[in-house]
Amino acid sequence: MQQIFNFILKNSNRLLFLLLLVISFSLTIQSHSYHKSKVISSANFFTGGIYEKVNNIDEYFNLKSQNDQLAQENARLKSLLFNQKDTTKLPQIDSIKGIKKIDIIVSKVIRNSYSVHENYLTINNGSVSGIKPNMGVINSSGIIGIVDNTSKNYSTIISILNVKSQINAKIKKSNHFGSLVWNGKSTGFVQLIDVPRLAGVRKGDTIVTGEQSVIFPPNIGIGTIENVYIDDKTNYYTLNIKLFNDMTNLGHVYIIKNKDAAEITNLENQNKKDE
Amino acid sequence: MNSALLGNIARFILLLAAQVLIFNRIDLFGFINPFPYVLFIILFPVNGNKTGLLMASFFIGILMDMFCNSGGVHAAACIMLAYFRPAIFKFSFGLSYEYQTVKLNDVLTPERFSFILIAVVLHHIVLFVLEVFKLSFLWDILLRTLLSTVFTLITCIIIIYIIKPSKR
Repeated sequence: MQQIFNFILKNSNRLLFLLLLVISFSLTIQSHSYHKSKVISSANFFTGGIYEKVNNIDEYFNLKSQNDQLAQENARLKSLLFNQKDTTKLPQIDSIKGIKKIDIIVSKVIRNSYSVHENYLTINNGSVSGIKPNMGVINSSGIIGIVDNTSKNYSTIISILNVKSQINAKIKKSNHFGSLVWNGKSTGFVQLIDVPRLAGVRKGDTIVTGEQSVIFPPNIGIGTIENVYIDDKTNYYTLNIKLFNDMTNLGHVYIIKNKDAAEITNLENQNKKDE
Repeated sequence: MNSALLGNIARFILLLAAQVLIFNRIDLFGFINPFPYVLFIILFPVNGNKTGLLMASFFIGILMDMFCNSGGVHAAACIMLAYFRPAIFKFSFGLSYEYQTVKLNDVLTPERFSFILIAVVLHHIVLFVLEVFKLSFLWDILLRTLLSTVFTLITCIIIIYIIKPSKR
């Protein structure tokens, strides 16, 4: 017994070092595995609060481009409205169901990151406003990412500029779909992999979100095709896609709440259990 | 004793704040950020409490991880640096470093420069290897480590010169 105590006292620093090392390694490994809520994230009141304070000042420098974006979105919505056959008739809610399928929550990016391989954003709304993990995040020009962690008033988002992110997307004109990933190289480009060779792809074609995802509604813009490669191993197309969004300058974002998401995932899980 | 403790606490807060509010947003060429917060570990008193240094480095690392959403990579890099600091001291200043009163924030000599260089390189290698965790990005890791090291080194030396106590 005496010897054990002596050993611990003599090597206390080394033991402490090993203990702390194990803690930080386990945190690191846990953060590298996808879909696991993290212990250490900026969605807590301390870091979130600080980022919000800083963002309050920072915002002023981007006011002009944000205004431009909002004005353009307004123009687009106005043109949709004026081109309706009867302008007095508002878009109707499905009267049989009685509820809308999709709710939109508006929020603001208070911390943007795009310089590392695993980028996360922080926004200033959380579970109080109804945000839950796995909701889609878009803005007026295209998709941004998926909600990862939420606290009471803040949430973190896995950006599409994150090597772990994988989103279902399709080619707008032919409906062939693939997975949207990022190779960690440029902030302006993402890659669409596993597109079948049958698909007729051409430079400049538009890529939108696919129907398979419960996270995003279909037909939200992502970007245009810049280059087309053929993957040597799988013989599928890999497309280099130029994003509509400037991911380095984000302001207001919309969080998409699909009310049927829980029902669909439950159903799919049940199928898996039955097999 | 007390003033040294207060100085350390002040350095902890100031360096962390400067890192989060200023240096994390530089993004030179899109991906290079300096990490001058390692100065906290480098400038910790030579004869200071080793257990205290380990704990403090762990906390500054974990706070950085919170701000960067990076799991535990900064914490791992920081305690690695804190643990191997005496060995780096021995290498740079010779065996009897504890008896000389080594003052780091003073005029830059080759010994001081080599100490800061080795410390920063060690920290950055651990940091970037853990951050990416995939061998497919090997060249990317090396490039990032190299460029960030240079950038951090320059920032650290500038900060040391700025906060150097004027009275002798």
